[in-house]
Amino acid sequence: MFYFVLKRIALLVPIFFGVTIMAFGFIRMLPGDPVAALAGERDMTPERHAEIMLKLGLDKPVWQQYLDYIWNLLHGDFGTSVLTNRPILDEFLELFPATIELGLTAMILAVVIGVPIGIFAAVKRGTLYDQGIMGISLVGYSMPIFWWGLLLIILFGGVWGLTPISGRISFLFDVETVTGFLLIDALLSGEEGAFASAMHHMILPTIVLGTIPLAIIARQTRSAMLEVLSEDYVRTARAKGLSPLRVYGLHALRNAMITVITVIGLQVGTLMAGAILTETIFSWPGIGKWIIFSVFSRDYYAVQGGLVLIAMIIMSVNLVVDLLYGMINPRILHTSS
Amino acid sequence: MDSVADTPRKSMLRQNLAEFWYYFSESKSAVVGLAFLAGIILMAIFADFIAPHDPTIQYRECLEHAPAWGEEKCNFIFGTDYAGRDMLSRIIYGTRLSLVAGGIVVLLCLSVGIVFGLLAGFFRGWVDTTIMRIMDTIMSVPGLLMALVLVAILGPGLLNAMIAISITYLPHFVRLTRSSYITESSKEYVIASKVAGAGRFRIMFITILPNCMAPLIVQGTLSFSTAILDTAALGFLGMGAQPPAPEWGTLIAENRDLMLSAPWTVTFPGLAILLAVLAINLMGDGLRDALDPKMKRS
Amino acid sequence: MSLLEIRNLSVEFETVKGTFRAVDGVDLSIGENDILSIVGESGSGKSVSMLAVMGLLPWTANVTADKMEFEGRNLLTLSSKERRKIIGQDISMIFQEPMSSLNPCFTVGFQIGETLKEHLGLDRNARKKRAIELLDLVGIPAPEERLKAFPHQLSGGMSQRVMIAMAIACNPKLLVADEPTTALDVTIQAQIIDLLVNLQNEKGMALVLITHDMGVVAETAKRVVVMYAGQQVEQQEANGLFATPHHPYTHALLDALPERSLGLDRLPTIEGIVPGAGDRPDGCLFSPRCKYVQDDCRASVPPLENISDTTLRCFHPVDLEGQAT
Repeated sequence: MFYFVLKRIALLVPIFFGVTIMAFGFIRMLPGDPVAALAGERDMTPERHAEIMLKLGLDKPVWQQYLDYIWNLLHGDFGTSVLTNRPILDEFLELFPATIELGLTAMILAVVIGVPIGIFAAVKRGTLYDQGIMGISLVGYSMPIFWWGLLLIILFGGVWGLTPISGRISFLFDVETVTGFLLIDALLSGEEGAFASAMHHMILPTIVLGTIPLAIIARQTRSAMLEVLSEDYVRTARAKGLSPLRVYGLHALRNAMITVITVIGLQVGTLMAGAILTETIFSWPGIGKWIIFSVFSRDYYAVQGGLVLIAMIIMSVNLVVDLLYGMINPRILHTSS
Repeated sequence: MDSVADTPRKSMLRQNLAEFWYYFSESKSAVVGLAFLAGIILMAIFADFIAPHDPTIQYRECLEHAPAWGEEKCNFIFGTDYAGRDMLSRIIYGTRLSLVAGGIVVLLCLSVGIVFGLLAGFFRGWVDTTIMRIMDTIMSVPGLLMALVLVAILGPGLLNAMIAISITYLPHFVRLTRSSYITESSKEYVIASKVAGAGRFRIMFITILPNCMAPLIVQGTLSFSTAILDTAALGFLGMGAQPPAPEWGTLIAENRDLMLSAPWTVTFPGLAILLAVLAINLMGDGLRDALDPKMKRS
Repeated sequence: MSLLEIRNLSVEFETVKGTFRAVDGVDLSIGENDILSIVGESGSGKSVSMLAVMGLLPWTANVTADKMEFEGRNLLTLSSKERRKIIGQDISMIFQEPMSSLNPCFTVGFQIGETLKEHLGLDRNARKKRAIELLDLVGIPAPEERLKAFPHQLSGGMSQRVMIAMAIACNPKLLVADEPTTALDVTIQAQIIDLLVNLQNEKGMALVLITHDMGVVAETAKRVVVMYAGQQVEQQEANGLFATPHHPYTHALLDALPERSLGLDRLPTIEGIVPGAGDRPDGCLFSPRCKYVQDDCRASVPPLENISDTTLRCFHPVDLEGQAT
């Protein structure tokens, strides 16, 4: 197991360098003059141009610029936003809780519904239930989520007026930021109705962001379960006279989970991509909206920093999933070499 | 001359196709998907004849007109957009853009991915390591974010969006080609071919590659549908096809402000995306079941 | 009174190409402390018929029988909840592939303990004590340490011993062993069979041994059922069967044993193959391959008849009154 962990971590090193080289190269590949692009200023005097070049270190050889860049990254310096003049990391960390909050609820929705219906479809293989569930999940999997979001806004927000359609909480509340997670902060604030309002605002974005992971998890759980259900040990479990709940819910599921955990882990990338669209549609003040805004306002340091940070987050989550995979798979956990 | 050599090969091909069709047509949904996709392709080809209006003509007297059937004035089945253009015609013409975008992405990915995958699988060693680490890097960033960054470098537009999306899908194709190449290359028929004195490229492209195609075709089909989705997503974000091009995602973006007052301008293009993607995915599922030897006959 | 009584058991599967009859009219009767062996080629329905008794067939299977009783209780009409009380406790089963029959995600101790908890309701300490006892009984060294082992850390023979320990955990009255040695090394096979027979003796349980190995049958069984293409073709005492097989199929099967064909240049074989789903003959299923086939064999299916101490499905049995008539 120790060897397994070490190997997984070692695999991340080249990817870290790959991502940083990519992010570093991104700024230098931008069309036009990099100095102008990075400074966010136009029509500079030659003196101003030289000054900025010196300040950003663009006069040094490229390899040295890269080493400086890595050095800064390792010290938590991801550059400064041209727009707000604040460190990228600060901006990122400020907005990140909103994205985590939304991502987590979407993921919970996807897992809590997706895994059981996947199991159900597998156990009822070939029946109308199975076909129905798989049909609906294929529609979910094929869904353009930006349109799905707009559709829900039209129906729930516009036609029926049931839910709010943008933001995280009603403007009537002024919740103090403690953790950045609005649901928790709303509870902490003690303001009556603040938590309910925050929950109310989460409904549509959660559904929209959770749709594709839900569909994928349901489909993959089904196929993992189908594979497991034909295994001999499931028959053994039944031969012991165990109840279906125990046969399916323990003996089969425990083995299927090894695959399903990996699938769930891979959804983090899907969630980040989905967050860009979902946050844009619902004016959700998180990382996704921030990245889009940065791209449009040509705040390239922000895009660069966001790229590296998001890649690092996904890498860490994948590492955790890998370790979890090792932990629930006895063949890896209990192998010494 | 060719008849002697070609006849057995042709009949074998026909037999394989017949067998493939037998397994594929076992799934009714896959056949429905295929039929629907064929319909969409025909619609794209004959858009000029099918579309009731020119997609760019602005009917000034019919701005944001609701869907109507059989009216004398402003007879638009899917209604009109903010500029009074016929939604139905714009969607029909949009089929062209989406299908072409999806098709080009898949072709790019297949051709480049196969070459890189074969190189990695054949040479192994540092070539393999370099290629695969680059692919890992691309995969460590969420596809849409990667595409956005690439479009930021290349500049917005449908062509650049297609290139960007292709790059984000590339790792899947490289990995798939490499792994099936490695699996296949240890099989007896490859050794036999080597013993018979076949050259490097013959072994790579003629001996082994055809046997790696099944998973690549399935991946290609599934990427076709996601490419349509991502092209539309980039269009929606304003980084893909630019107005007035009637790309489906762009259509939704340009009418987004009207979504509450004129919901049809947003609903129909999205429905078109959903149906096209759904049809391709239905077909892809059937293809996988028919081509995947593991699922076959078990 | 017999422990397990089966009359006219049939199992059908609905497939795309129509109904497939995997088991066709099987009669079985197993007394307490009995060893019954079911022999037949692959696909002869021997495993399927016992899986049907256990209720372990997939839901696509359609099981019918005139009678299927265990200790006088009708297994066909029992609710699945009541059946589960019998299965695993009074009737238990071990399988062909011991390595894949144990759940890779749970320890040996957990898997044995689970049965004890389910049927006997033992507490944790009692379960552990009993599990060690069981592992000791099936000849596993250092049982206490083995409790913590995962299946992938065990060899095939070890796994089968664990399976046996699990099966006898609740002192079953009937143990079904479905080709328990087929997947094992030859050296281990005899050990496992010995273990099963010893346990059967000590515990006084009945044993159904499904196998295609006539040598194993000769060593162990008291009575033998021979199956062919889903049908029971012959049943008699083991001694009698080996001395005077009456059904041409049994006859041919025994002739094909190397031990019995000393002095011959070539080992006799049975020409042809077992009929599949699509190519079943109209009359006796063995008729296309039978040396003694006559016209009535091809016309209609012979019924299952009791002739002296033998149950037979044949119009023209061998060696009953001299030669085939």
